[in-house]
Amino acid sequence: MDALLKIDSVTKAYPGVVANDQVDLEIKPGEIHALLGENGAGKSTLVKMMYGLVKPDSGQMIWEGASYAPADPRAARAAGIAMVFQHFSLFDALTVAENIALGMETPPKTRELSRQIKEVSETYGLPLNPDRTVGTLSAGERQRVEIIRCLLQNPRLLIMDEPTSVLTPQEVDVLFKTLRTLSEEGTAILYISHKLEEIRALCEAATILRGGKVVATCDPRKESARGMAEMMVGQTFATPKRAGETAAGDAVLAVTNLSLPRSSPFATELKDVSLTVGAGEILGIGGVAGNGQDELLSALSGEVRVRAGAVTLDGKKIGDLAPRARRAAGLCVAPEERLGHAAAPTLSLVDNAFLTADVREGLSHRGFIKWGKARDYAKRVIQEFDVRTPSEDVAAQALSGGNLQKFVMGREMMQRPKALVINQPTWGVDAAAAARIRQELMTLADDGVALVVISQDLDELREIATTFAALNGGELSETRPMWGLSMDEIGLMLGGSAGEAA
Amino acid sequence: MDLSAINPVLLIAALMVAATPILLAAIGELVVEKAGVLNLGVEGMMITGAIAGLAISVETGSPLIGFLCAAIGGALLSLIFAVLVLYFLSNQVATGLALTLFGLGLSSMMGQGYQGVKPPLTEKMNLLGLGDLPVVGPILFGHDWIVYLSITLVIGVWAFLKFTRAGLILRSVGENAEAAHALGYKVNLIRMGAIAFGGACAGVGGAYISMVRVPQWVDGMTAGAGWIALALVVFGAWRAGRVMVGAYLFGGITVLQLNLQAAGVAIPVEYLSMSPYLITILVLVLISAGRARALGAPAALGQTFHASR
Repeated sequence: MDALLKIDSVTKAYPGVVANDQVDLEIKPGEIHALLGENGAGKSTLVKMMYGLVKPDSGQMIWEGASYAPADPRAARAAGIAMVFQHFSLFDALTVAENIALGMETPPKTRELSRQIKEVSETYGLPLNPDRTVGTLSAGERQRVEIIRCLLQNPRLLIMDEPTSVLTPQEVDVLFKTLRTLSEEGTAILYISHKLEEIRALCEAATILRGGKVVATCDPRKESARGMAEMMVGQTFATPKRAGETAAGDAVLAVTNLSLPRSSPFATELKDVSLTVGAGEILGIGGVAGNGQDELLSALSGEVRVRAGAVTLDGKKIGDLAPRARRAAGLCVAPEERLGHAAAPTLSLVDNAFLTADVREGLSHRGFIKWGKARDYAKRVIQEFDVRTPSEDVAAQALSGGNLQKFVMGREMMQRPKALVINQPTWGVDAAAAARIRQELMTLADDGVALVVISQDLDELREIATTFAALNGGELSETRPMWGLSMDEIGLMLGGSAGEAA
Repeated sequence: MDLSAINPVLLIAALMVAATPILLAAIGELVVEKAGVLNLGVEGMMITGAIAGLAISVETGSPLIGFLCAAIGGALLSLIFAVLVLYFLSNQVATGLALTLFGLGLSSMMGQGYQGVKPPLTEKMNLLGLGDLPVVGPILFGHDWIVYLSITLVIGVWAFLKFTRAGLILRSVGENAEAAHALGYKVNLIRMGAIAFGGACAGVGGAYISMVRVPQWVDGMTAGAGWIALALVVFGAWRAGRVMVGAYLFGGITVLQLNLQAAGVAIPVEYLSMSPYLITILVLVLISAGRARALGAPAALGQTFHASR
């Protein structure tokens, strides 16, 4: 069968980096094709060229036998290529129908469009109300908006960028069913993901990029996940190992009946959340984004003050303390958003190290900063956690996501906290760095620190957590031992129906 | 004190005149902000429009050409802002403030020869010949054409944002510029157009002060009207209708307190003078408190956009 889209030795360079170097790729009609690679391997640049957002420096693309060079996304859509983005593509304050109309060249009248949306959503089993405001939708529903926006234009090729990173296992099943139906109808799908098990279950072909070059093509159904991971990274790496089975010690961090009203229309209300974490325990909190993770983190960090007794550390009431006082007491926190929340983007690594380690590491005296000590601390973090940076004086925003994450995590871990709360420890971090961060978290637990890890990556939680609880609509499920918990049970807990399952 | 001297019909007719400059400036700024740009230079564009309109109409003898040039002047000034903010990625707040200072200085220089000069009269219309009706005549049918233009603009902007595809695209740019760019919309061109529209509206608003309300040239004569227009957009929750209510409320209280001063009410003049500002903001805060305001604000307001991200 002839290729639907053929990419022929395409090259694209940015100042200082060659994002795509002589890349070849071939997608057949109706094929589900995986595009694999680490962060910065050049996947996004490649799909942006297909979608007309970036123009190649050299090489050519052939679409259905004819030369193809889209000037902008409209041209790509007109040719029959649609794309579901990972981020930045929906408008929160607009309705579902308005969002979809914006992605179409000649949208029909609102009423007709609403009818079409309902029709397509029923055909593919993706229920959606066209009049809802997007800001009120869950992550899964938002993705449906994007998919339906694409499907309404009858694309020949559908590009999906990390579509499952925000979905529950049940939602992933629904998505896969939809994608298989589409594939049977002849629509080709280019599927970008880090999750190798998913790719093995779904895709028929895979192209693996590393450093902007194609390093392998394979049939993922015949490869192991580990084999593909090593092709991506170009080296073998160890799976994190726990030193020994540790029984949870005495309760260190406890949250009791914590309720928090919503602070903005798009925020989530926390309802009567309780949890306890013992020394050496890693409590994994799963849940789809927007179910109260950020709110729980801010209540634990002290960004939002609560009733004194709602949060206790070693029996001391700390709920009404500010972040610095909580750090002094021994509770450290690393939030999800690296730039702007965990680190100040334009400040140097030394400054950033000082900002949270000041209290516990004694980096200041009577209001004056001890620069030597602060610099030493930043250097130690950089060395211990293998942060790749030219020096400790570069701005935090100059580091790649994975390196900054290592720095931010290391900065908290090296303060020897009694309890550590982390939101999304390996979000956007490549496989090798992620493995290292997880290993460090487990080592910390072995040393008797109580850890709370909030993550949307269930594989990660299954790997490192000793106990598990799910956040759903601001409510926390009961805590259950991770050992012996099946994926189905986890899915039900995430869906908020743990009681029915038990 | 003689309150009977205050004629309600004349009061209402006068408040519409008093409200028109800020209404024009505010409706223009509403469109700019809906596109995600915060232009704090409204005051500067108004005063530039004021002197441009007055000078040109004095030279040509035609108020129409004067207003036209005021619109062009305001738009040109706003394009300086647009280029700096959109293409040189300068900070919107700082650039907007600079624009105001620049406009005040520029107008003062241009107005050197026009101190106290009177512009040609902008005539009141007699709409449909109904201007002589009692009560409704002076209120609804007896104004000059700029008052009707401002009302038409409010309705037009409301309908444009609510019903048209172009309006939807403009809102999407203000909501999430990255997403709009990813869908293939020309974010900077759309913002440029919105900024120029805002500048033209502010220019006409300013010219209305120098050519109809006062009417003569005095240095710095807009006296903060641009800032009130900015506040109206925010407290009116970015809705054309509420912005109009706010503008008329402000105009009404301004005229009323002037009348009260004239009637010799036993309230210190200072309190009366500050009352329009206080009451307008208080009322608008009350009507758009809570959810409505948070939902009205364009999510990308004031953020610099660069396509490389």
